[in-house]
Amino acid sequence: MIVLFTALLTSLIAITSSGGDAHATKQTLQVFAAASLAGAFHELADRLETAHPGLDVRISIAGSQQLVAQLEQGAVADVFASADDRWMSYARAQGLVSGEPTVFARNRLVMIVPKPNPARIGRLQDLSRGGIKIVIAADAVPVGHYTRTVLRNLTRTEGFPTDFATRALRNVVSEEENVKSVVSKVQLGEADAGFVYRSDVTPAVARYVRVFEIPEGANVIATYPMALLRDGPAPDAAKAFLDLVLSVDGQRVLEQHGLMPIAAISR
Amino acid sequence: MPVSALASPRRARPSLARIAMLVAGSLLVGFLALPLVALLLRVSPADLLARLASPVVLDALRLSLVTSVAATAIVFVLGVPVAWLLASRDFPGKRVVEVLVDLPMVLPPTVAGFALLMAFGRAGLAGRALAAFGISLPFTTLGVVVAQVFMSVPFMVGPARASFSGLDRRLLDAAATLGARETFTFFRVALPLALPGILAGVAMSGARALGEFGATITFAGNLPGSTQTMPLAVYVALQSDLDSAVALSVLLIVMAFGLLLGLRAAPVGSFWGHTRARAADR
Repeated sequence: MIVLFTALLTSLIAITSSGGDAHATKQTLQVFAAASLAGAFHELADRLETAHPGLDVRISIAGSQQLVAQLEQGAVADVFASADDRWMSYARAQGLVSGEPTVFARNRLVMIVPKPNPARIGRLQDLSRGGIKIVIAADAVPVGHYTRTVLRNLTRTEGFPTDFATRALRNVVSEEENVKSVVSKVQLGEADAGFVYRSDVTPAVARYVRVFEIPEGANVIATYPMALLRDGPAPDAAKAFLDLVLSVDGQRVLEQHGLMPIAAISR
Repeated sequence: MPVSALASPRRARPSLARIAMLVAGSLLVGFLALPLVALLLRVSPADLLARLASPVVLDALRLSLVTSVAATAIVFVLGVPVAWLLASRDFPGKRVVEVLVDLPMVLPPTVAGFALLMAFGRAGLAGRALAAFGISLPFTTLGVVVAQVFMSVPFMVGPARASFSGLDRRLLDAAATLGARETFTFFRVALPLALPGILAGVAMSGARALGEFGATITFAGNLPGSTQTMPLAVYVALQSDLDSAVALSVLLIVMAFGLLLGLRAAPVGSFWGHTRARAADR
């Protein structure tokens, strides 16, 4: 018993201390990024690691609101990339951020429908029909907030019924916790329609869904701000990551993943 | 075997083993209790009550009660016969059934929810057949119950089976000698005698259903009033309304604690224990 206990304790100490050693030899950059940035940021992380062999870039993906909650509870990270201004402002108000946030990308919403299209949706107006299963993100999630704005905007758009938003929201069968869950519910054919970012329709997703564009006047252009975090242990690496994202190469990577580069740099 | 037989005969100084046990015990108890205490300290009782009256909390509470009671009833009806079967006889493929019954206990709930979608989703294997009868499980309260049933089966079957296995064979044989059919033996002899274990199963599976999160949000989605049970409401509130999250968490802990404590305090266990002992003496 005692032997076992001692062995357990020693191995525990060994594990934790060896972890410390690894930190000394290899620097770690921890990036907290909104779910819709997953593909692009993983590719950018690989590039930064190639350019800086001693650097280990870790991307933590979740809903922006969830990342802020984690930071508030003391999670340590160097960079925060949010899917909207709301959560970046909140993070700033909580004193989590150092310096000014930089807008590095934009995104827009689309409606997706599973390819078999069980509800026979042919246009956006069909969402107000009774009995359709719509999945959107919760209001606290940036894309969920945008979705509600888009639905309200469409209500005021010509060719849409005046109670479009109310009727569409009545068809909502689930409020998901992040945009990727909306994608998967539609991709699996469980939902008849969902609202996601254009960038979420990756080639892997595009095989399963049909995309409906939202009229420009009614769509929301999401802006993605990014900032260094005050308590980040690797500010230099964080700055290097930020520079990479804003570089011509970085912007191209974002574009390849369906995001809209910021105008000043793209062309 | 009495515990004292293991202890050192010399009582002059506490043995090293006893100290080690004491240290391990206090470490573990402290580790388990501290997070609960921290949560309780986070909010004042007045605030807690005010939060509990909010519609989101009440909706989630009502939904959680309805679904977990329904799930427990289903698990009871389906689980007890299986427990009896596993305890009382051998059959080909028994090992596989045992593993299947235990699997949800170690399966990540998200995986379970995803698998449920593949099976009972609209495009799923059995889901298409269900759709022919106009039944659709994802995004419905019924779907929540299905997810809870899937996840809580092992907690019903495990204790019930152990209880059946612990029964005195002679009593069951006696019933058979007296001409009782198996149905009679099961309902009039085995079931009453194994009641403590079965009730333990009911409490455990009920508590598991009450706390179910991952399979539910994956399979049934998240909508206040129809699929947002308390654990889901906590998760959502954690990101937007911390005080409600605390209130819901405290409520969940109190309910789960009460359920498991009630099980231990209930007189039925000792009562049946005595009856069994007396019956065995005769």
